[in-house]
Amino acid sequence: MAKTKEDVVEAMFKMVKEAQGQKKLKPMDLTKAMIELYGDEGVDKQMCKDAIKELINSGRCVYTYYGGSYIEIPHQEGAAN
Amino acid sequence: MADLPNTPKLDELEKGKWPSFVKEIKMAAKKSPMAADLLGQLEQSYNEKIGHWKHGGIVGVMGYGGGVIGRYSDLPDKWPNISHFHTMRINQPAGWFYTSEALRKICDIWEKRGSGLTNMHGSTGDIILLGTTTDQLEPTFSDLQNINFDIGGSGSDLRTPSCCCGMARCEWACYDTMALTYDLTMHYQDELHRPAFPYKFKFKMAGCPNDCVASIARSDLSIIGIWRDEIQMDKAAVKEYADKGMDIQHDVVDRCPGKCMEWDGKELKIENSYCKKCMHCINVMPKALRPGKDRGACLLLGSKAPIIEGAMLSSVIVPFVKLEPPYDDIKELIDNIWDVWCEEGKNRERVGEFIQRVGMGNFLDAIGLEPVAEMVAHPRENPYVFYGEDEE
Ligand code: HEM
Ligand code: HEM
Ligand code: SF4
Ligand code: SF4
Repeated sequence: MAKTKEDVVEAMFKMVKEAQGQKKLKPMDLTKAMIELYGDEGVDKQMCKDAIKELINSGRCVYTYYGGSYIEIPHQEGAAN
Repeated sequence: MADLPNTPKLDELEKGKWPSFVKEIKMAAKKSPMAADLLGQLEQSYNEKIGHWKHGGIVGVMGYGGGVIGRYSDLPDKWPNISHFHTMRINQPAGWFYTSEALRKICDIWEKRGSGLTNMHGSTGDIILLGTTTDQLEPTFSDLQNINFDIGGSGSDLRTPSCCCGMARCEWACYDTMALTYDLTMHYQDELHRPAFPYKFKFKMAGCPNDCVASIARSDLSIIGIWRDEIQMDKAAVKEYADKGMDIQHDVVDRCPGKCMEWDGKELKIENSYCKKCMHCINVMPKALRPGKDRGACLLLGSKAPIIEGAMLSSVIVPFVKLEPPYDDIKELIDNIWDVWCEEGKNRERVGEFIQRVGMGNFLDAIGLEPVAEMVAHPRENPYVFYGEDEE
């Protein structure tokens, strides 16, 4: 069954949430994982790009920077204390 | 002056005839407690020979992944006014042309929202606003948007494109650097604000091989203006230089790296097919010589400053391309390069390092370019000539 952008948004959010505190994920990690899982169901790079945009614009996820750029759940950072 | 911290070491840097950042920070400190604490912490660092900044990784403005660089003092109790000291990069206008009115507005915003300290401009080309707190980031962003300024790039994204002043001021510009910079900036807004690359990626546009923005050393994709016909010559002006005492043989001909010039005391000849487009002769005799009429740009790929690997210069990937709006062919090439690098590049691997790792031959294959002789970076290096199995 064809996946929609909304399905990808939810699947990505779940991945980020499960990885939080364990492993930092880059946008390309999310994209590759989604295409691996749902490539047969119509998920392509553009849909992943749009899904990431949605995650960030809604505020459910934020970009972070630790040498390279990552996507995480918003949180208070240690350095701010 | 309000009570500034005691800074004998920094004070040394106010001496001499040259500009002094200490003088400037002290001036700002009359109004800004952040600037005053900055002086204090810096003096302490000079005494102890250690830095007292911590990196932040999460601060930014809603929707953007770049343009804000988080910094915190690790001595917030001693220097409370700089416990947060974030930097904002602001996208500069192409060629750095401003009205004084626009500059005043930026400064007013920053005196209200931040330390008041600016750096015009950073090595990325952006306007750098130094030092603010997390709660001031969004208000600053909306103030800037009200005067039609936007935040620039940082992190693993497209960095703010930057160019020389080109045709606005310089007769040597072989293409309109400012137009291309503006066009690419607007076309690649997502790539600028939403980091999706393995690491940073920079474009710099220089109008001619003098490369006033040092694109060949400082950008992943250097777009350098060039001509492919003959250097234009005004023979009477050449003679005038000679009559006025210029030693054309010594100062021009002998220094031509293409060894393609001849001077018999009366007439200057150039064998243009050997010209390396170095600009030397044109720079020395600007009234007599100028770039040819068939103008465009040479695209070079791969430079970066030393971090893990050493410094690299860009090397030729497209020897000549006409650069005219809507710039479709260059955008197609850029998209192809990003596709391959994003797919295969390792975390924090610049495109130049990526090419070193996979090999130029494989890279050209992947982005769909034919190898040509101009791509040879050094004589006797792999000339990227490949023979298929069936040709052997
Ligand atoms: C059948 C005869 C010859 C063959 C197959 C041959 C082959 C080559 C090759 C493959 C190179 C390297 C080119 C490069 O990658 O830069 C070379 C360079 C050179 N050869 Fe020959 N060669 C021959 C005869 C000669 C003779 C007779 C001389 C001198 C009398 C000579 C002098 C040189 C020199 C000086 C270079 C270096 C040129 C440079 O500065 O790049 N070769 N040769
Ligand atoms: C068993 C015999 C030979 C061996 C193993 C040998 C090996 C080599 C090697 C390894 C190089 C360096 C290639 C490079 O730049 O990467 C070289 C260069 C050269 N050889 Fe030989 N060589 C032999 C015989 C000869 C003979 C008989 C001549 C001349 C009559 C000759 C002329 C040259 C020249 C001119 C170069 C320089 C090419 C250049 O500048 O690029 N070689 N040789
Ligand atoms: S790079 Fe060339 S065109 Fe641009 S300002 Fe410098 S000399 Fe002029
Ligand atoms: S531009 Fe450089 S290589 Fe070309 S003719 Fe002038 S000095 Fe020689």
